[in-house]
Amino acid sequence: MLTTTEYIVHHLTHNNYSGVSDGVWSLHADTFTVSLILGFIFLSVFAIVAKRAKVENPGKFQLFIELILEMVQTQVTDIYHGKSRMIAPLSLTIFCWVFLMNLMDLLPVDLISFINISRGSPESHWRMVPSADINATFAMSISIFLLIIFYSIKAKGLFGWIKELFVAPFGAKLAPINFVFQMIELLSKPISLALRLFGNMYAGELIFILIALLPWGVQWILGTPWAIFHILIIILQAFVFMVLTIVYLSLAIEEH
Amino acid sequence: MNINATLLGQAITFALLVWFTMKFVWPPLTKMLDERAAKIADGLAAAEKGKQELMDAEARVAQELKSVQNRAVEIINNAEKRANQLIDEAKDRAVVESNKIIADAKARIEQEFVKAKEQLRSQVATLAVKGAEQILKAEVDIKRHEQMLNTLKAEF
Repeated sequence: MLTTTEYIVHHLTHNNYSGVSDGVWSLHADTFTVSLILGFIFLSVFAIVAKRAKVENPGKFQLFIELILEMVQTQVTDIYHGKSRMIAPLSLTIFCWVFLMNLMDLLPVDLISFINISRGSPESHWRMVPSADINATFAMSISIFLLIIFYSIKAKGLFGWIKELFVAPFGAKLAPINFVFQMIELLSKPISLALRLFGNMYAGELIFILIALLPWGVQWILGTPWAIFHILIIILQAFVFMVLTIVYLSLAIEEH
Repeated sequence: MNINATLLGQAITFALLVWFTMKFVWPPLTKMLDERAAKIADGLAAAEKGKQELMDAEARVAQELKSVQNRAVEIINNAEKRANQLIDEAKDRAVVESNKIIADAKARIEQEFVKAKEQLRSQVATLAVKGAEQILKAEVDIKRHEQMLNTLKAEF
């Protein structure tokens, strides 16, 4: 029998694969596997619907996919005024992938551990929610950060972008202050994106774990409202991540 | 909160997902949606056009009906006129014909009258001779009196 602390720590420890090397080069097998499977689910569902899409008499599922697609498209065309073949598919991928990863938070917290323990491996850890792993959220936000830089250079030229880092917003006379401000602004984007999603999902997961520590008869009193509330949060966080990505990329192509 | 190679793996996964969506998911779906939008727009335009055509056709029908009515009235008027004309002509012809018949009848009567007179005239001689024979009780010589009788016949 585990103590409360041991139970929580067990649930919050990643399945760390360190076959190659320890430390920085080890890999969270749980995050990697779950997010990869969810990514495949997202892609295969959308690719199948895209392949079978009919102009006339679409099925209910096709309409549902179209609904998501049109929601993303509306957001992109409302916010982003440049021309890009990448930003809309990027937004769709972010929304769906993040949503599916967040959705894992609604699985019972002990489900995977129960399967593991029943297989006789109590020491093995498995965290089911990839978006509650800071590696996953930073992976996306740093990719977007690189895209922000790429789009800035594409829109303004390398020299134009570097110049803007020094002259905006206060003019050339205050170049060092400008640069500091611009750096803070630039770096705060990926950090806030990643930490917002991570924080929400990690907190949600933690609260589910704490609820699971209550006596089994009263768990539903807190568990049900939190799960219902969490349905809202997982969609909202996916949506916010997507919208902020579009906003940051549209800011990248605009002149200061 | 330990950052490790997972970040790199996740970033690669993310890039592949975005690439796949860009290549195989987004373009066909948006193309299909655009096609549908175009189809709906076409349908609405066709409906509008059909409505307009129907209104045009109705206007044309009304116009045609009016002209047909006018033409019918004209035809009826013409027919009435023609009928009156025919009646008048028939009347005129009847008058002419009846006059001719009357004239013919008169001529025939005249002819019959002359013919009857002629017959009577030829019979009168015989009758007179017969009468005279009776009166003279066969004492009259026909040869003798022939001259006288012929004179009498001529005088008749």
